[in-house]
Amino acid sequence: MSIYLDHSATTPLDSKVLEKMQPYLTSDFGNASSSHSFGQEAMKGVDWAREQLANLFGCQFKELIFTSGATESNNIVIQGIVKAFCANNQEKKYHIITSKIEHPAIIEVCQELEKQGLIETTFVGVDKEGFVSVDEIKAAIKDNTILVSIMYVNNEVGTIQPIREIGKMIEKVNKTRIKNIELSSKKAGTFDKLYFHTDAVQAANYCKMNAPYLHADLITISGHKIYGPKGVGALYIHEGTPLKSINWGGHQEYNVRPGTYNVSGIVGLGAAVELINNEQFTMHNEQIRKLRDKLIEGIKNKIDKVKINGSLGNRVPSNINIAFENAEGESMLLMLDMEGIAISTGSACASGSLEPSHVLSAMGVPPVICHASLRFTLGKGTTEQEIDKVIEVLPPIIERLRKMSPFDK
Amino acid sequence: MQLSKFMQYTDIVMDHFKNPRNQGEIENADGVGDVGNPICGDMLKIYIKVGKNDQGQEIVEDIKFQTLGCGAAIASSSLLTEMAKGMTLDEAKKITREEIAEALGGLPKQKIHCSVLAGEGLNKAIANYKGEEIEKVEEH
Repeated sequence: MSIYLDHSATTPLDSKVLEKMQPYLTSDFGNASSSHSFGQEAMKGVDWAREQLANLFGCQFKELIFTSGATESNNIVIQGIVKAFCANNQEKKYHIITSKIEHPAIIEVCQELEKQGLIETTFVGVDKEGFVSVDEIKAAIKDNTILVSIMYVNNEVGTIQPIREIGKMIEKVNKTRIKNIELSSKKAGTFDKLYFHTDAVQAANYCKMNAPYLHADLITISGHKIYGPKGVGALYIHEGTPLKSINWGGHQEYNVRPGTYNVSGIVGLGAAVELINNEQFTMHNEQIRKLRDKLIEGIKNKIDKVKINGSLGNRVPSNINIAFENAEGESMLLMLDMEGIAISTGSACASGSLEPSHVLSAMGVPPVICHASLRFTLGKGTTEQEIDKVIEVLPPIIERLRKMSPFDK
Repeated sequence: MQLSKFMQYTDIVMDHFKNPRNQGEIENADGVGDVGNPICGDMLKIYIKVGKNDQGQEIVEDIKFQTLGCGAAIASSSLLTEMAKGMTLDEAKKITREEIAEALGGLPKQKIHCSVLAGEGLNKAIANYKGEEIEKVEEH
């Protein structure tokens, strides 16, 4: 039996999504930018997908662009907004606020722009439960702050960040900024505001995605985390948000994201979003939560010295991040893999870095515990038998590794 | 060399990981070497029992290890104990991380550092037996 419990890494393609995509890989293969009927058929698919995303975000069609995935969406946000502000006023150095637990597709882009001398960045921390503080973000805002980027759901510990509260707070800050400018009898414009981005890649399956509700100007999503295809994502851009293109060579997506439409991928993303919009997703999520809680209980009952990393109360129903004292992540991963169970480590060690997880470290988890942490992420296809199997297989693995350890007493 | 699917570990690495040789503790060991770096995550302890060969040279008569670490760290420790057993102390001290990695059929690039620890553990155990000052272990 092979058991996949790594849905935060990627999800399998839903068969309904594949069905929707298939014609666009074969008969309706046209270039969506062509004027002839082949092109128009393909464009119909793109338009249909756009409609699904507009429903998800509660936005206009023109507020959406398709990208190659979340990494590109995030790059367009950070680089594009900095570019727009720099083009407006080159004299100034701008400030971005983000958090220490973001995906590298945010952190490393900010660090790169810092290196280029274009911006300064504040990385706000998180508490030991894994949450950013709205007040800390507010306190970090300066006159030259142009963007706040906070992820909706953390990929390692699954904690749901207070996105709506941050969005509302930023709206208030903007009102004050505008009021102050108008008091001095000047006209406030696009470049007087600061903008709010959320990387919602890990949230789309479980959380409210309506942009006006969240008070977000920019929202990133990805196809392959929501049972859609890999290599496609999207970006919601609230009308009036200043973004300059970081790529050239085509007119697609209002010049913001040039390049031939990945029609089948875009349709797949649309189909995955349609499932979220229409299907009884809450039902799935309740089932996922029940199985997740069963797994936690099973582990806690059978294995001692375990510790859940991060808040259990306010996290997506799919995620468990748990430390097994005196056992090492990759060894556990390896032994579970030999049993056909796919999970992921809390540490980045397996991916080549020796550093403990930047997320767990930001939460104040000691390095030794970071290296002893595993992430299980369930999906809508996860069954009770699979969870039972994990509960059966895991205790002897932990026991074996602990016996091998110099600390076993 | 056949590579397993996981982390591109070789069959030899996987074999040592699944069936570690000389794993455990030696009661009343003649020398104990304790090395590791909690930041990187690997912690290792080597126990040796010292005997003499026909020429009267001191040899590693018995050796055991305990490791908290990744697959490569466990396999390296296990393989080192196999290599060192029966060697004179002088020979055993000279086992290099390259020799360990080579005997394992190679290690993924990012895992080379894991093979360093095993040799250091043994060196420390020998030094401990000889009552020598332990050299500072370099960071990994």
